[in-house]
Amino acid sequence: MILRRILIANRGEFAVRVIRTCQRLGIETVLASSEADLDSTAARLADSTICIGPANSSASYLNIGAVVAAAVVSKSDAIHPGYGFLSENPKLAAACDRAGICFIGPTVKQLDAVGNKLKARAHAAAAGLVSVPGGEVLSLDEAHRLADQIGWPILIKAVGGGGGQGMKQVHDTGNLAAAMEMATAEAQASFGDPRLYIERYISHGRHIEVQVLGDGENVIHLGTRDCSIQRRYQKLVEEAPAPNINEALREEMHRAAIAFAQHLNYRGLGTVEFLVDCDRDAFYFLEMNARIQVEHPVTEAICGLDLVQEQILVAEGGKLRYAQRDMKCAGHAIECRINAEDWVHDFRPSPGTVTRAVFPVGQGIRVDTHIQAGATVSPYYDSLLGKLIVHGVDRAEAVHKMRRALSNFEITGVATNLRMHAELMRHDEFAHGGVDTAFLYRFLQSGNREAA
Amino acid sequence: MKFSNEDVLEILRLLDATKYDELHLETERFNLTLRRNRDSGDWSQETKALSAPNVLHASLGVPSGVISAAPAAPAASPDSGKAGLIEIRAHLPGTFYRASKPGAPPFVEIGSSVEEDTVVGIIETMKLMNPVHAPERGEIAEICCDNAQFTEKDAVLMRIKPGPA
Repeated sequence: MILRRILIANRGEFAVRVIRTCQRLGIETVLASSEADLDSTAARLADSTICIGPANSSASYLNIGAVVAAAVVSKSDAIHPGYGFLSENPKLAAACDRAGICFIGPTVKQLDAVGNKLKARAHAAAAGLVSVPGGEVLSLDEAHRLADQIGWPILIKAVGGGGGQGMKQVHDTGNLAAAMEMATAEAQASFGDPRLYIERYISHGRHIEVQVLGDGENVIHLGTRDCSIQRRYQKLVEEAPAPNINEALREEMHRAAIAFAQHLNYRGLGTVEFLVDCDRDAFYFLEMNARIQVEHPVTEAICGLDLVQEQILVAEGGKLRYAQRDMKCAGHAIECRINAEDWVHDFRPSPGTVTRAVFPVGQGIRVDTHIQAGATVSPYYDSLLGKLIVHGVDRAEAVHKMRRALSNFEITGVATNLRMHAELMRHDEFAHGGVDTAFLYRFLQSGNREAA
Repeated sequence: MKFSNEDVLEILRLLDATKYDELHLETERFNLTLRRNRDSGDWSQETKALSAPNVLHASLGVPSGVISAAPAAPAASPDSGKAGLIEIRAHLPGTFYRASKPGAPPFVEIGSSVEEDTVVGIIETMKLMNPVHAPERGEIAEICCDNAQFTEKDAVLMRIKPGPA
């Protein structure tokens, strides 16, 4: 089936990014927009826009009935869910199946297999992958026994959670009961599922992920990304490929990601996330994200692919256009997430109206954004203003390019974290490459700024 | 024809070979300014999509959800408050919550004693929960904003009767 009209069930920079690819491919776009975004850049660029409800996401971008109805009314062939919102919700995929609309993403079964974190761990084991030591705990006694067995400190996680939400670090047995009680209540409130599991807390770890693409039969990998620079589990800088890792370990991670996706007969674009234990030179399966990710442009830069186009081709029922041996990665890419956050005031969110937006332009520089002069930065949605991506022949050139590009980047009207990125790019440890997930906290502390 | 980033790069390649440092382009659909920094030689761009959104007026046949109530507006002037009471204002625009999560008891009720820095509510802005603190010791005299109501920056949320509790 050839897709001629796609409904974009997303907003902000990602909606703009999907429109760009669709324009190039000659596919019509319909933007599903909340009342707050009817005047956004994406709405100006889309062929048409349809209102799916009020500003509050739960009544619009998270409203499956409204999204599917918008696709039906606008006679769209397919829905692109983007990232966040409904992107990994099996109920949207099932509703699309019932309405005869193509869901640009994996199957309902695959979404279900990776959405529940315990099921995902079981699938990982079946595919021969090692997860972080741990498992489900049904009682406090069990949690004590398992924690003693895997070793302290531990992390408590919600079975229905993901992306770092609702995680609790526990250092010793005395604090376990209180933390378990709080985590159970929060998991119930946030995810409607009180079940918990625990994992060993890896203090010196790097967050490295492998991009995979499958057509339901064959799977290829598109290399690694390092996303270790995080604040409160939110990524701020990503790069591809992951720097300074043992090449044998990298190859093993590629193989593990493919084995996992093959085991699910995965169809679509996905990311297998690993935690690399720097002390042990070992890696563990964390979770799989069954969608496109914010940081996909760094992979596009080194592989020379348009991943939204690949998603569309696979959703149309096409076979992969490339075998693994055809995939050649070149150079090094870095992405900085530019957020409307006042980083000198503990990253306070800064909604408002953008008065001026100037971006760097040139070879190897890309800006994915929905921001232009006059744009509203709404308090209802996340603070991502855009992403600055640079591509160099090697990492040193990419870092240099990023420093220059940041100096030519200007947004006024709202506070941003641009200065933080500029300082990060000049930091010796970052320039050396391969920092762990605790690096950003140390970096923020050392500048005497209020940190996480 | 649509205008893409590749087109911008192509224009840039042409410009790079000239002595010009600035280019303005304006059509009905967009405007674009390219500017060369004379010191570094780096180019930057300002661009704006101008086309009006083409909004389809279709009925989705589903309830449009709860249209949020009119936001709590900032008080007209600082002295519009009641004599002797101290206002607690929203430091950010966002959704005001009186409790830590649905079903939990409110942080404070009328008559509650508060210390300086006691958390009296939460404002959710850009998916982040930001605590609202009492500015000084006293007793909650008025609650001016409903739970889950959208508030503008500087809207009055509560009033405190100051003094030792």
